[in-house]
Amino acid sequence: MRWRRSAAAALLAAATGCAVMPPPDYSGYRAHLPRSILVLPPLNETTDVTAPYDYLATISRPLAEAGYYVFPVAVIDAFLKENGLPTAGEMHAVSLARVREVVGADAVLYVTIEDWGQKYRIISSDTVVKGRAHLVDVGTGETIWTGTIFAQQSSSAGQTDPLAMLIAALITQVVSSATDPAHDLASTANGVMVFDRDRGLLLGPRHPGSVSDLRGR
Amino acid sequence: MVADPEPVNVRRAAALTSLVGAVLASGCGPGPVYHWGHYEPLVYEMYAHPGKAEPAQQIDELTEDIATAQSKNRPVPPGVHAHLGYMHLQQGNAMAAREQFEIEKRLFPESTVFMDRLLSQMTAQ
Repeated sequence: MRWRRSAAAALLAAATGCAVMPPPDYSGYRAHLPRSILVLPPLNETTDVTAPYDYLATISRPLAEAGYYVFPVAVIDAFLKENGLPTAGEMHAVSLARVREVVGADAVLYVTIEDWGQKYRIISSDTVVKGRAHLVDVGTGETIWTGTIFAQQSSSAGQTDPLAMLIAALITQVVSSATDPAHDLASTANGVMVFDRDRGLLLGPRHPGSVSDLRGR
Repeated sequence: MVADPEPVNVRRAAALTSLVGAVLASGCGPGPVYHWGHYEPLVYEMYAHPGKAEPAQQIDELTEDIATAQSKNRPVPPGVHAHLGYMHLQQGNAMAAREQFEIEKRLFPESTVFMDRLLSQMTAQ
């Protein structure tokens, strides 16, 4: 319960954490704006075994709400496993020609999880989710976008930001069944990654705002 | 029809727009487009707590979600019909699976290649 209340603080941390770098060049992305995105299970550099599920179960929503067709993540995972690719590493190594032939995706979102879960301190505990993402155009093999998954929250954080709360209400809905604090945070971090005005994804063709999204034009 | 090319200063101003402004101005409106229901929590459950989201339960919840979406006149998100079809397949109900894969295809033509792949794999088995 406490996690939910401090979600806004976490979102604020996530939003400010990526304001340092210059805005990316969206021209290549714009030129190859995908209609559909294949989300593959993430590579996991951490020892947190639930991290891939936290990510996979919270990424479809922001991508779809941003205007893209998102292939069913669990069906894709099962399908690839049934077809001889038991690990995320093997799935990431599949050629784009094969992706196009078998799945028909316009772009693939590759994610590597770098840091995930709760860190216990003397008087508080921090939860962090951190990863890197890149979106590849299936037709050309070009990386059309790179992004960062990041959100952090401290058990002692009492601050709330009204704007951050508004965003949280708009683009992320905290999943009530979760008992894993990193899961709620993943939802926030994925939402911020997708919708960040300066570094996020372009609005996809299914989004009514896509035609007026000026980035990369 | 074609948007005017944007002057650099406009683009820069746009880049400075806050996250809030972006979401509000992008035409999202207040709240999501799709009726998400239990789809993502079920994906989480089936991985995090195997056995707690058996196909039969998933079929019940997703079928209910789809009915709710229809009653609220909200679209079903990408992947939900495909996921439901896959759960029917797990239950050995090929006819129901086929039906859901076809619906996914009709609602989201972007899924055609993959849905056809699933359908042809079913036929082969």
